[in-house]
Amino acid sequence: MLKRTITILLLVLLSSPAVAAGGEVELRSRSWSFSGPFGTYDKASMQRGFQVYTEVCAGCHSMKLIAFRNFIDLGYNESEIKAIASQYEVKDGPNDDGDMFLRAAIPADRMPAPYANDNAARAGNNGALPPDLSLIAKARPNGADYLYSLLSSYKDVPDGKDVPEGLYYNTAYPGHLIAMPQPLYGDDVSFSDGSETTIEAVSADLTQFLMWAAEPKMEARKRIGVAAVFFLCIFVIVSYLAKRRVWADVH
Amino acid sequence: MSAHEFKSPVVRWIDHRLPVFSMLHHTAHEYPTPKNLNYMWNFGSLAGLSLAIMIVTGIVLAMSYTAHVDYAFLSVERIMRDVNHGWLIRYIHMNTASFFFIVIYLHMFRGLYYGSYKAPRELLWILGVVIFLLMMATAFMGYVLPWGQMSFWGATVITNLFSAIPLVGDSIVTLLWGGFSVDNATLNRFFSLHYLMPFLIAGVVVLHIVALHRFGSNNPIGIDSTGPQDTISFHPYYTIKDVFGIAVFLLLLAVVVFFFPNAMGHPDNYIPANPLQTPAHIVPEWYFLPFYAILRAVPDKLGGVLLMFGAIAVLFILPWLDKSPVRSARFRPVFRIFFWLFLVNAIALGYLGGKPAEGVYVILSRIATAWYFVHFLIILPLLSVFETTKPLPKSIAEPVLTGFSSAPEKAFAAPRRL
Amino acid sequence: MAKSNSKKKLTSAGVHEPGRRDFFVVATYAMAGLGAASVAWPLIDQMNPAADTLALANIEVDISKIVEGQSITVKWRGKPVFIRHRTADEITRANATEINNLRDPESDQDRAEKPQLLVLVGVCTHLGCVPLGQKSGEVRGEYDGWFCPCHGSHYDTSGRIRKGPAPTNLAVPPYSYLSDSVIRIG
Repeated sequence: MLKRTITILLLVLLSSPAVAAGGEVELRSRSWSFSGPFGTYDKASMQRGFQVYTEVCAGCHSMKLIAFRNFIDLGYNESEIKAIASQYEVKDGPNDDGDMFLRAAIPADRMPAPYANDNAARAGNNGALPPDLSLIAKARPNGADYLYSLLSSYKDVPDGKDVPEGLYYNTAYPGHLIAMPQPLYGDDVSFSDGSETTIEAVSADLTQFLMWAAEPKMEARKRIGVAAVFFLCIFVIVSYLAKRRVWADVH
Repeated sequence: MSAHEFKSPVVRWIDHRLPVFSMLHHTAHEYPTPKNLNYMWNFGSLAGLSLAIMIVTGIVLAMSYTAHVDYAFLSVERIMRDVNHGWLIRYIHMNTASFFFIVIYLHMFRGLYYGSYKAPRELLWILGVVIFLLMMATAFMGYVLPWGQMSFWGATVITNLFSAIPLVGDSIVTLLWGGFSVDNATLNRFFSLHYLMPFLIAGVVVLHIVALHRFGSNNPIGIDSTGPQDTISFHPYYTIKDVFGIAVFLLLLAVVVFFFPNAMGHPDNYIPANPLQTPAHIVPEWYFLPFYAILRAVPDKLGGVLLMFGAIAVLFILPWLDKSPVRSARFRPVFRIFFWLFLVNAIALGYLGGKPAEGVYVILSRIATAWYFVHFLIILPLLSVFETTKPLPKSIAEPVLTGFSSAPEKAFAAPRRL
Repeated sequence: MAKSNSKKKLTSAGVHEPGRRDFFVVATYAMAGLGAASVAWPLIDQMNPAADTLALANIEVDISKIVEGQSITVKWRGKPVFIRHRTADEITRANATEINNLRDPESDQDRAEKPQLLVLVGVCTHLGCVPLGQKSGEVRGEYDGWFCPCHGSHYDTSGRIRKGPAPTNLAVPPYSYLSDSVIRIG
């Protein structure tokens, strides 16, 4: 009875969150360095992804939760982070005269947003709000594959499909009509390490960076997790043997 | 309660004036427990452990959480990113909530299968249902606190249930909200109550245990123990068995917390709440899905709400619906079939609750909802009259069947005094 | 068989505890203890300063705009830090003081890396009030440095305690010159 109940309950558990997001979404998967219990982020890929974000996405999309100091995870050292931060300006103040002023960012600052507020962002983008990307990889089902597919699934409009002004056809997007114009066409950036700049390669790098942004503690989590699961496996065995010993004289 | 001679003079001195050690000794040590309990009896202690984990991690999270619509989402993300081990503590809190419900559901189905709700344990069962209700309220309010899209819209939908009440419904909803929509006032009171209710649960748990110890645990064959040969002391036998159960529980919990921390959550809750836009497909947390399916099965607003609350209310009167004197399903062949049918039906309701309310899902939801109530209100009363039960063993220590069909009255043998 | 005998033992709790000294039983309780202890650490450590707090643990201050005789106050780790561009007269007086008579003997050279610039944590060492003396016109005490209005502690031009209940000198935070015009505190 126990086994059956657990099996059935597990089945329910696993099936319930898998609710389709509407529209036939075609996702392409990829073997990510961060998947699996021992998965880690690829630092070089994240640095390239960060470059793609700054050069392609940052004009419209904010990443408000990320501070420059977090880039230590990307493999930058302290002075590199300082240099990166100093290229940005953040609002500070009020000063002694009561005015707000702009100053160069320091590592402790979070990344400034391209628009002052959501309404300004809408006004600049045909009424559509470009979402903040800090958590985007966790805020979509199958986040990594979704982002990777989305960036490379802009297709020619099939016959008979009506695409209204200001929307674009994308087979990875629920409903297939997305307000974001195609951001990548291939060779949009050039990498100093000479990496590939095809749409797929660039999308993969960007996805790597966004996944890290959404779940920056993943590596620590998995590291501790492996140790904890190992410890608990032994604990299960030892406590089972102890239980057997104690119960040996009960009939 | 006989006084126990403790070795340590300090313990003796304190115990003479404040008999906490005697109480502990009595409830967790010498407490005579049926010796034939199977692993389905592990879920009580696991539920207690889950509650303890929730309270400890919750208190810690509250140190870094800000209950304000402008900061709640950010403060949770700060916990995930900046607070030392904050991600770990939050993932434990999040997932233990789900594990708590898994444990409680197994605990309840154990009670249903072995007839643990029957005389003289009716109040024990009812207190358990009270705990279940409090848990649902606590979980619901806790889910609102991160102030993501699912938090906000879950809060909106669930509080709107009360608007179904005739005449005063709208006033009640306004009262719950403290405004004209789910807003800052709502978030603040939910935080306050979410912090309070676990302690209420802990209080009812104490009553639950007091009621349990009055007549002792039920057991897989469902007959009362007839003497010391049927029981063993709680410690060390059931303490060590519970430790083993806890080890397995923690292992499963660790696998989820460390490797699938968001599997039981919903991606939309990583989007900050937006009162102007409802997500395309809103679903409650998985543990509410069966009740959500019942709610949606009825095309009438008030009817749906009443039926949903009725699904829980019926549990309160269960001891008087199933009057069969035989407790354990082992000796009730027909009941046993209906039990499994009911379990499958409950799981089906959970599945349907997660599906969009359209097409065949609506029809299936209605059938499953009807069956839920038919089981309790028609099948169980009928079975208690017409079912022919199998002969009961003489005692726990001698699980040899008596040759003749035992009189049902036997199950009502005078309870042992402890 | 001694069946009835062993049963009797089983039911009389506390007398007979099987496996009490068994290796696996001991190991189980030891592992449970170890596990609980390792879980306790994250629960305690979460109260330590978070990463965003630590990121602001040191600040950089532009000192080039502070004219002689002027003080500025900056916030560092939630506390005021006094930065004073001292006048020649103040430096002379700070150096002329007989150190041995002080309650908390410290030479001015030990307190200011460059004599013109004095950097102090602006918190009275008595009970944590913020002393006066930063703005022109404020009371600066009998020794022309800083004066704490709460319980009347007088500090000199080197921030040393001279009179009043405070036990020690105003603290000098760790700081270093990144250039002639920028110092880093913390």
